[in-house]
This record gives sequence, structure tokens and C-alpha cells, in this order.
Amino acid sequence: MNSTLQRAALLVLALALITSTGCSGGDRQDRTLVQNKGSDTMVNLAQAWAENYRRVRPEVGIAVSGGGSGTGIAALINGTVDLANASRDIKPEEQESIRKANGKTAVEHVVAFDAVVFYVHDDNPLTGLTIEQIACIYGEGGACENWSQVGVEVPGCEGQTIIRVSRQSNSGTYEFVRDHVLGKERDFKLGSRDMQGSKDVVDLVAHTPCAIGYSGLGYATVAVKAICVSGKTGEPCVTPTIDAARSKVYPLSRPLYMYTLGEAAGSIQGYLEWIRSADGQRIVGENGFVPMH
Amino acid sequence: MRRASLFSRLGERLIEAVIVLCGLSAIFFVAAIFLFVFLSGADFMLHRLDWGEFLTSAEWYPTSVSNKRYGTLALIAGSASVTGLAMLVAVPFGLGTAVFISEFTEGRVREVLKVVVELLAAIPSVVWGFIGLVIMNPLIIDLLGAPIGLNVLNGGIILGLMSVPIVVSIGEDALKAVPDSYREASLALGATRWQSVYKVLFPAARSGLLAAVLLGVGRAIGETMAVLMATGHAVQIPTSPLDSVRTLTATIAAELGETARGSDHYQALFAIGVQLFAITFVVNLTADLLVRGVRRR
Repeated sequence: MNSTLQRAALLVLALALITSTGCSGGDRQDRTLVQNKGSDTMVNLAQAWAENYRRVRPEVGIAVSGGGSGTGIAALINGTVDLANASRDIKPEEQESIRKANGKTAVEHVVAFDAVVFYVHDDNPLTGLTIEQIACIYGEGGACENWSQVGVEVPGCEGQTIIRVSRQSNSGTYEFVRDHVLGKERDFKLGSRDMQGSKDVVDLVAHTPCAIGYSGLGYATVAVKAICVSGKTGEPCVTPTIDAARSKVYPLSRPLYMYTLGEAAGSIQGYLEWIRSADGQRIVGENGFVPMH
Repeated sequence: MRRASLFSRLGERLIEAVIVLCGLSAIFFVAAIFLFVFLSGADFMLHRLDWGEFLTSAEWYPTSVSNKRYGTLALIAGSASVTGLAMLVAVPFGLGTAVFISEFTEGRVREVLKVVVELLAAIPSVVWGFIGLVIMNPLIIDLLGAPIGLNVLNGGIILGLMSVPIVVSIGEDALKAVPDSYREASLALGATRWQSVYKVLFPAARSGLLAAVLLGVGRAIGETMAVLMATGHAVQIPTSPLDSVRTLTATIAAELGETARGSDHYQALFAIGVQLFAITFVVNLTADLLVRGVRRR
């Protein structure tokens, strides 16, 4: 008897729960959810935008995830996201697959600027490298394996071997470095430690005296040293700062993009406009990236 | 009364049918997964993949602009080296624990030990990977002077500890299956307990213990998350335990998300899947045949 009563009570409770969630679902009918995915470099920034946008337009929810620029664009091709973040240009073959899959083209929106920064351990006495030297360290066939070959001796580094820290191959930063440091046709030397995220690179470099790694400007910490880069041998090197990146004096500056399927419309258009407004660009600066204006 | 028995007979039939279905579903799922993995990469594997390069080249450049290369030798070497080292950890620890549990303890101690070992199996692999990343990494750098602590040694120790529970539980079963008359006879001849373990029990349970080790190998090869975090993820053929490597499984996990469905790179990752399937299939089949060998005797 008792248990029958309990069961009945439970049933009523369950029913009440179902109807109540059903109702709230009805209330939220006009709430739209924008799926935003891609670049790991941009994931913190995109998260900050999404959080702040909640205050501006509470009825629009932005769901942000990382994974790499390639992942974001692949998701755009597969039709699972509305906005793809990318720290590199879309490739012609990606544009082609989007046309094939959706009959639309991906439209590019510049949302901020960034600089790719090479970081070394804080104990490393290295101050500057030329693009050529970086290519010698990272490029396939490059001969630079030891810190002495770039003119420094690193305290605490066993054997003086250069430990190359790189990114996984779907990273936009990886492709940016390949295209702008190694040269488009050249590949990375195998044997680098390929990290899954921008922050992981800096963390590993901070704990490894022998290491060099690259990541976005926004990921600088006190435990690592950003090195000064010169475009050509003989030219003065430029320290990566927000001003140097905005004025393009720093040789490895790049725009950060968001891609939409076809022209942005509705809530996505609103979101992009807000990102490019003074309000949205203020958040860019707060996250260590370079605002557009 | 008769109706009740009719119902119960019907119920019996129903339950029987459900159980048969459950049994068959395992076969169905294995076949379906294999078909899915194979078909997802079939076009590339059959027409465009150079199998010679795939199996013998160490150059894995699936995203190169100028010269795409799909060589998995470095990845195979990565998986093999980490698994090999894992077995150096798991075999002595696992078999030692199995012998201790089955031969040298009884009552409460035995029960507690068994539960604790099983708990070891319940630790999620991402937690193991985290231990490798934040505890083992600085430890290896400090103790061994390695330039980086994410390497074969780190991954091997982590994987070894992960494989221990499997080796223990199957090894213990194998030892338990040895008839008590063997132990009694050995002790009656004046052998010590240790002597009877390695002179009598080990030879008698040989194939079961080998199966335990092989299943541990299967576990180690298939593990993904922990090795992804602990091995440093570098495509190279290791020359020492302090080199970073990348395994077959970690490559699939790290790269599958990026690729557009159906692209060559995507299909190449499924080719790695087929490769892994083949490896684990052979390992498990060998283990299974060995276990059968035990039962027959």
C-alpha cells in the first residue's frame, strides 16, 4: 500500500517535471543558439566574446568550442557549425568542398589581429632569431639541432639539443608558420612535440629549458620569453608587441577570422557586428590580442 | 494453475530469445564496426594508398601542401616501443601480484587485494595521462636529466600500470586452475612454496599466464588518451626510452577531428584504424587460442 502511494506520488512528480520543462521550452522558443567552433588560438577570445554578448543580447546563446582552425572549417563543411574561427585563410580546396556540400561559399570576416610569437624558456639567453634561423630549426632538412648553432648556450639544458615544440597539423597557427616561416612548399621536420593547444605549448616551454615553441601573442606568460624576430638576416629584429603587430612591423602578424556559410544574416550578423564594434574590440585587447581599431 | 504455467513458459521463451539476441549482438557489433572502419577508408586504401610506403616509411605528412606522405612506420615504432616498455612494467608486477594473491595470501587480505587491484582498472585513462603530464614529466627531467619528460619511458610506465589489473586477474585465474594435487605433490617432495611456484605452478599454468600477458599487450596497444598525453606526440622512430614518440591510436585521436569527411587524410586515418584492428585481432586471437589450450588440458 505504502509503496503504491509512493509510486503514485513519483508519477505525479515526474509528470509535473515533464510539463514544466515543456513549458519553459516553449518560452525559450525565440532563443537562438549559434554554434561557434575552430581555432585554438582564438578559443579564449571567442569564449570571452560569447560571455559578454550574453549581457548585450540575452536571447542569443553562443556555444564555443576549440579543436583547431581546420576542425572549425571541417565542421562548417559538414554543416555542424554556424561560425568557424580560423587563425589562417581558408584554403581553395576547403572552399571547394563547401561549395560541393552546401552550394554556398564561405564568407570571411576579419575579427582581430594577432602575432605568432616564438617562445623560449626564461633561462634561455637567446634574444633574437631571423626567419631563416627559425626555418633552419623547424623546417624539413634544416640543420639546426643544437642551441650553439644559433649562437647561445642554454643553462640547465642537457646536451644543448633544441627541443622543438609545435602544434598538431589541424592548427591554423601550424599552417601559418609553415606558410610564412618555412615557405608554403616546405614541411616541418618530424620529431617535434606536437601539442593540442596554444596554451599547452607555452606551458611545456615554461617547464623545459631546452625548448622553443610558437603560439599566439595572447598566450605570453612571465615564465617564458618572447623572442625578437627579424624578417631577413641583417635587419633589426622586432619584439612582438600589440603595437608592432598592428602596424605590421612584426613579420609574423596575421588577421584572425570568422567564417560563415554565405553572407551572415540574422543573429549571426548581429553578433559579428558587435564583435567588430568598439565594445567587442575592447575584449580583444583584454585577451592579449590586437584590436582592429 | 495451467494458465500460470503457460505464461511462465511464454516468459521463458521470451527471455531465451532476448538472451540469444544479446549473444548475437556482440558478433553483429564487431562485424559492423570492422565494416564501418574498412569502408570509411576503402576508396583510398584500395586505389590511392601506396601500401609499401604506408608500412615502411617513417614520414607522416598528411597535410603537406607540396608532398603528402602517409608513412606509419614511426607511429608503429611508437606504439611498439611504448607497449614493449609497458610490458616490462606490467609483466613482473602483474604476475608477481597474481602469484601473491593466489598462492601466498588467503581470507581477508586476499579479498582486499583483489578489490584494490580491480579498482586500479577503474581509474579513467585521462587521469593516468594527467599523472604522466604533471607528475612523471618533471620527475623524469629531474631524475634522469632528460631534456623532456614526455617520452617512451613516461608512457610505458603509465601504460604498464594500466595493464597490471588485466594481467593480475587473468594470471590469477590461470594459477587457480592448476589442480591442488600439483601443489600438494610438490610440497610433499620437500619443495619450498617459492620453489613449487616457479618449478611446478608456472610451467603448469604457462599458457594461461601467456594469455594474461597478451591481453595486457592488447590493452596497451589500444590505449589512446593516456599515451596521447604522456608520450610527447612526436613523429619519430625512438632510439632511446627518453625520446618522445607518437602512437597509432594517438594519431587517430588527434587528427580525425580536423579532417573533412571523405578526404584522403580522413581515409588514411581509417587505414590506421584497420591496421590497429589487425594488430589487436592477432594479439587477442593468440591469447584466446592459448586460453583454449589451457582448458583442453
